[in-house]
Amino acid sequence: MRSYRLLTLSAAALAGTLWLSACASHVPPDAASIPAALPDTPLSAAQRQQWLDRVSWGASDSADRQLQRLGLQRWLDEQLAPRQPPRLPEPAQQHIAALEISQRSMEDLQRGIAAQRQAARTATEQGQGEGEGARLRQEVQSHLNQLAAQAQQRQVLRALYSPAQLQEQMTWFWMNHFNVSTRKAETRLWIGDYEERAIRPHALGNFRSLLEASMRHPAMLLYLDNASNAKGHINENYARELLELHTMGVGSGYTQADVQAMAHVLTGVGFSTRDADAPPPRLPPALQADYRREGFFEFNPNRHDYAPQVLLGQPLRAKGLAAVDEALDRIVASPATAQFIARKLAVFFISDNPPPALVQRTAAAFARSHGDIAATLRSLLTAPEALAQQGQRFKDPMHYVLGAVRLGYDERVASDVRPVIGWINRLGQPIYGHETPDGYPASQSDWASSGQMAARFDVARQIATRSAVLFRAEPQAPLEQPPYPDLAQRATAQARVAQWSAASREALAKARNVPDWNTYFLSAPEMMVR
Amino acid sequence: MQRRHFLSAAASLPLAFSLARARAAAPRSDTPRFLLVFLRGAYDSNSLLVPTHSDFYYEARPTIAIPRPGEANGALPLDARWGLHPAMEGSVLPLWQSRQACFVPFAGSDDLSRSHFETQDSIELGQPLDAHQNFRTGFMNRLAQTLQGRSDLAPMAFTAQLPLCMRGPARIANTALANVGKGGVDANRSRAIAAMYAGTALAPAVNEGFAVREAVLRGMQEEMDKAGRDAISAKGFSLVAQRMATLMRDQFDLGFVDVGGWDTHVNQGNASGNLANRLDDLGRGLAAFAQEMGPEPWRHTVVAVISEFGRTFRENGNKGTDHGHGTAYWMLGGGLSAQAGGRIVGEQMDVSEAHLFQNRDYPVLNEYRSVLGGLFARMYGLSPAQLQQVFPQAQVKDLRLV
Repeated sequence: MRSYRLLTLSAAALAGTLWLSACASHVPPDAASIPAALPDTPLSAAQRQQWLDRVSWGASDSADRQLQRLGLQRWLDEQLAPRQPPRLPEPAQQHIAALEISQRSMEDLQRGIAAQRQAARTATEQGQGEGEGARLRQEVQSHLNQLAAQAQQRQVLRALYSPAQLQEQMTWFWMNHFNVSTRKAETRLWIGDYEERAIRPHALGNFRSLLEASMRHPAMLLYLDNASNAKGHINENYARELLELHTMGVGSGYTQADVQAMAHVLTGVGFSTRDADAPPPRLPPALQADYRREGFFEFNPNRHDYAPQVLLGQPLRAKGLAAVDEALDRIVASPATAQFIARKLAVFFISDNPPPALVQRTAAAFARSHGDIAATLRSLLTAPEALAQQGQRFKDPMHYVLGAVRLGYDERVASDVRPVIGWINRLGQPIYGHETPDGYPASQSDWASSGQMAARFDVARQIATRSAVLFRAEPQAPLEQPPYPDLAQRATAQARVAQWSAASREALAKARNVPDWNTYFLSAPEMMVR
Repeated sequence: MQRRHFLSAAASLPLAFSLARARAAAPRSDTPRFLLVFLRGAYDSNSLLVPTHSDFYYEARPTIAIPRPGEANGALPLDARWGLHPAMEGSVLPLWQSRQACFVPFAGSDDLSRSHFETQDSIELGQPLDAHQNFRTGFMNRLAQTLQGRSDLAPMAFTAQLPLCMRGPARIANTALANVGKGGVDANRSRAIAAMYAGTALAPAVNEGFAVREAVLRGMQEEMDKAGRDAISAKGFSLVAQRMATLMRDQFDLGFVDVGGWDTHVNQGNASGNLANRLDDLGRGLAAFAQEMGPEPWRHTVVAVISEFGRTFRENGNKGTDHGHGTAYWMLGGGLSAQAGGRIVGEQMDVSEAHLFQNRDYPVLNEYRSVLGGLFARMYGLSPAQLQQVFPQAQVKDLRLV
């Protein structure tokens, strides 16, 4: 770990020195916006910080040095096609590797929980001792809670420390777009695998593949009930949200008849926890070839409704699972989907009301590239309309908390990220905790209520005064001294403050000690936006 | 939206979140106040509102039934048919006796998923089940929108997150009351922070947030003063309920709180045990709330206690109960009508095996939108059109609760 960090730091520091001197001579420090076509001309410190706040989980001194070293163009190229797997700092790698969700396969975890459940049932049926069954059931619940908590920790570690920052932001974005909630009991078992195998690998890839990966995963099949959607027992839940929330968007032209048709097309799309090489269910000979089993995913022709369907005004020609493919192709290719995804991305990165021209440009990139997410993002992030709009995006709790931790501690890896998760919870955006399938909203009005602002200042105060809780080996261990970072010493913090309003700088000037300076800095209006 | 005067005053004067200012614009004592208490996890209504007339109840629950009135640890008789859990003796029973409490059995939602998750959501959204659900607006928020023109409307969720029922276009504040004042920003630093926001679009929210915090902390000071005068210091829900009462007496007139821990699949107990402890805490809290409000504000207050569904009528193999359907709602208030106070209200039927819904649960005869809609119409004088905004397409039944 030591050699890794030293190498990065010294290389970056060297490049940084050269860059800064070049920067000072060519660009006025208060240049209003990043040049449109992303030429590799130097940016001001404030511009770099704005760019990093937008495209990463928050600017830090080391991220800034790296941006200077690579230049904007190469930096963005690397972010859009990051080396896989991204190499995190060693302590973060080790932390993730030690988690049960990393050490055991999903198949193994699933079998383990099933066995625990069975043991609890047996104990109850056999009346073993007073409350033995109840105790075992309790153990199942606590194990499921641990699995979900580990997935949260892994997400936070990657968000804080992965060099593939845009991939991590997009992983969160798509997890939220294809939301499932740990409030629905069984999701806790699957959530880590859902993120790791269905979402993250496609986060910068192709939207059609991402959509299909989420559709096929038990987390989604359970959360939106398609696992119980069968011929004669139609459940429209997933079909509706697929059109309304995942692809075309409500009011974009599809009808209730399309929802019903899609629900019929999706009958039989489910999952199985039987051994992967278990024989298929007994099927009529004519349907045997239609059966599919890939991992947990199962397409069961016995449960599928083969009646012909009309979707978005055209009949579907294919049958069985191929009809699902044909339907997804048609839905993803519809202009409504390009528009819906483009707008959602623009809202996430730019502002509550992104310029219509920017949304059009982004939708065109999505359509032209057949849903290539990296190409769509390149178009969005480098568009002149996007570069001209800075600081319009109110930070949701994830961006606020992660940004503060990255700024404060940079590459120094937390030994315990649970306080980070606690701060995010406190601000009302628990990871995997949004109950309804629409995911967390993004607009300022959703996060800037009076109670939310007051809570944000409380969290700011905690980070400002006691964030050394991140570095305790044991929850009861004493805090290192001083138990807070000195934010005023961070180059990116200094670059920010130089741009701030007189009122904000006045408050900072009045701070009598480091914790208060930290508090005011993290509470400033300028820190609420990115 | 129109906010309470003190809040808008606080908004225009960044540093003015003082005690005097908050008090100056308190709701009048006769302002109607409504508090929704959501018991998350589906509480076992048959242990609270005991069908003491039903032999079938005692057959179906060999170990967890609450004994008949007069027996050891027996139910507290409410009328010839129903009894109350004995843990309510010092808290809710006196309210019942003074006609400040009533119960609505066979209440709930028509949602048949028996999923906590789905049914809580669908109740909080308050929309027709067969229509497209709009996840962005809950019924308490729509009520707040409907009441927006009234100058002194100030809604508040006493929860860490804004609950689904309060999400939507009307701006609603929220603050959790259990852990207030620990490690937060003090008054001096609040002023310094508020000064940074002067003149920005966020200034009103920032100032209001600090003002609410001040008010909560003041309420806590009152608690401590009282504790000094040998009052028993409250904990659990009682503590939250006392703080809520202070806030609803002085500042807020539309409130929400949730209480968890009701999913008693295993060893729920009877007159004593897990569920009895939860009910005891809840009952004490509600009685403390009534007390703390003071007679006149309490006369204009209604507290509705609801839950997502009931539990199976029969005891399961683990001395507990599983997810059911119909439940019992409670309505508390100093101004309940003569038809409601101290009575069991709404559509009812005999409690027998033949009347069970799907041979396992209570049926729902009093749908939540109908019951709450009727209550809101009376409390706030809502027109049918306004009621339709709060509960679209609901068939509202007036139980003449107030």
